[in-house]
Amino acid sequence: MPNDTTQLDATQTPTADAAIEAPESKDAPDSVGIVTPVSYHFDEPLLLRSGKTLLAYDLMVETYGELNAARSNAILICHALSGDHHAAGYHSATDSKPGWWDSAIGPGKAIDTTKFFVVALNNLGGCAGSTGPTSINPDTGKPYGPDFPVVTVRDWVKSQLQLMDRLAIKKWAAVVGGSLGGMQVQRWAISYPDRVANAVCIASAPKLSAQNIAFNEVARYSITSDPNFHAGRYLEHNTYPKQGLMLARMVGHITYLSDSAMRAKFGNAGSQLENTTRGNLGRDLRSGTLSFGLNVDFEVESYLHYQGERFSSNFDANSYLLMTKALDYFDPSVDYGNDLSKAFAGGDCKFLLVSFSTDWRFPPERSRELVETLLKAGREVTYLEVEADQGHDAFLMPIPRYINAMRGFLDNAYKELVNDAS
Amino acid sequence: MRPDQEIIQRWIEPDSRVLDLGCGDGSLLANLKLTKKVKGTGLEIDSDKIQTCVERGLNVIEQNLDAGLWNFQTDSFDTVLLAQTLQALSHPDQLIDEMLRVGRKGIVTFPNFGNWKSRVYLSSKGRMPVSKFMPHAWYDTPNIHFCTVRDFDALCKEKNIRILERTVVDLKHEGSLSMRLLPNLLGEIAIYHIARS
Repeated sequence: MPNDTTQLDATQTPTADAAIEAPESKDAPDSVGIVTPVSYHFDEPLLLRSGKTLLAYDLMVETYGELNAARSNAILICHALSGDHHAAGYHSATDSKPGWWDSAIGPGKAIDTTKFFVVALNNLGGCAGSTGPTSINPDTGKPYGPDFPVVTVRDWVKSQLQLMDRLAIKKWAAVVGGSLGGMQVQRWAISYPDRVANAVCIASAPKLSAQNIAFNEVARYSITSDPNFHAGRYLEHNTYPKQGLMLARMVGHITYLSDSAMRAKFGNAGSQLENTTRGNLGRDLRSGTLSFGLNVDFEVESYLHYQGERFSSNFDANSYLLMTKALDYFDPSVDYGNDLSKAFAGGDCKFLLVSFSTDWRFPPERSRELVETLLKAGREVTYLEVEADQGHDAFLMPIPRYINAMRGFLDNAYKELVNDAS
Repeated sequence: MRPDQEIIQRWIEPDSRVLDLGCGDGSLLANLKLTKKVKGTGLEIDSDKIQTCVERGLNVIEQNLDAGLWNFQTDSFDTVLLAQTLQALSHPDQLIDEMLRVGRKGIVTFPNFGNWKSRVYLSSKGRMPVSKFMPHAWYDTPNIHFCTVRDFDALCKEKNIRILERTVVDLKHEGSLSMRLLPNLLGEIAIYHIARS
């Protein structure tokens, strides 16, 4: 579910300065380079799953590559919990970090922008430019805050369909997403089967387990119990629940990583207490000695503080609450007598599913459930279980087996659309 | 195309659903897709071979056959293939049952341990046969359940499995009259087309 660039720099510590990171890759031949987001306004009311209606809304969108004359080479990227429309490239020449999935999107990359027209958007309820809790509520003239309606994966996909129609795209060559993004991929295949040719669903699940929901509730409770939360109207009080967001993100981060990933990430320097990385278990100290106080002693602590701090100053708390609710509510089987295979019975898009061995947030078992369901529905499915140490975060990493499979799968999608045209 | 694949292809109906257990690099499935327009799926555990299948545009699922076919519905395929993999399974008998649950028909090919070369090797040297045909030493072979044509016949009888057709070929995947007369002695690779009774 993590989805922002903070995930990608594994060695980042509070002492590291983000600005010194190499910006030279902007000019790299496999980068989409400098990109400018575009806002699309929609006046058609959007009836939401909750029964409420969003009368008008904006979607912030980035695109990479060229739409072909047949308008058949478009790929939709669906973001996860904290992601947005900025999936690849840079916003300016001084931008230090690329979009959250730059490792996979670009000229010659797995999602090849020389072949495909790639569309990425910020989902409704987000906080990166699309209509969400920080937008002005036309009824009150104040930010929506807690009054922004609860949006579900189904609602997002419905709004993505509006965007698709605006772009005059009849059928996505592929819809691609990891984690919560993978749930949107599933929803596309269920709700609009005729509009999707291929579905790529990475490190996802058919619905959350109680343990998943429990982690989300800890995140929500830490936000709503922050004294600065003000029942969600913190903007009107000129404050924000920083502590709560930090804590939510810290807990989230622990669940996105695996034990082995943390050992590797925080055990490289070799501790002054224990000399070998192997026996170190990721217990690197910050300053070389224990403080014998309640200070931050270990690197892992300072990493979590840093990530929490960074996230809390960039992400809206109400958006975070909405995103976790969208995760919790996702269960397309409820409309089909709890038999998800019936949901997938219509349509003929091909599926690629990938899971990662150390992902304990959405473990391989959850992807295997999806594979079983798709097979039962008679769908064409390819599934890989990739050995990777990075836990749930692996879906954002350029892990060769995973990236190559996605490339191979999408190359065939491209061949098919070229063949169909000829 | 290898003659054994040619034999297999003859037994596959056009436009049918085919599940290939241990599909390798997918060459057989790719061929069946091309010539018979089958709706195919392969199971494989080797990551390089899986990648080749993906690049060929085949449906491939990373799955260990020793875990069974629990995720496949009864009668969801017309034919289930098991080519040169039987001898490497932990529970070949159980997988045969699973094959004929998931598919109406099955095709099984395996190296025939009853071939005269194995018999001569074992009886003259007193050691487990190692050859081009079976290149592994007994302690590091993936082939843990060798059987003979007669063994497989017996298993089918015991399980009440119908043998629709049985043929044997040599390592060049070619057949002959003598092989047809003495399959267990002369056949090097056995090819069975089986079905539920």
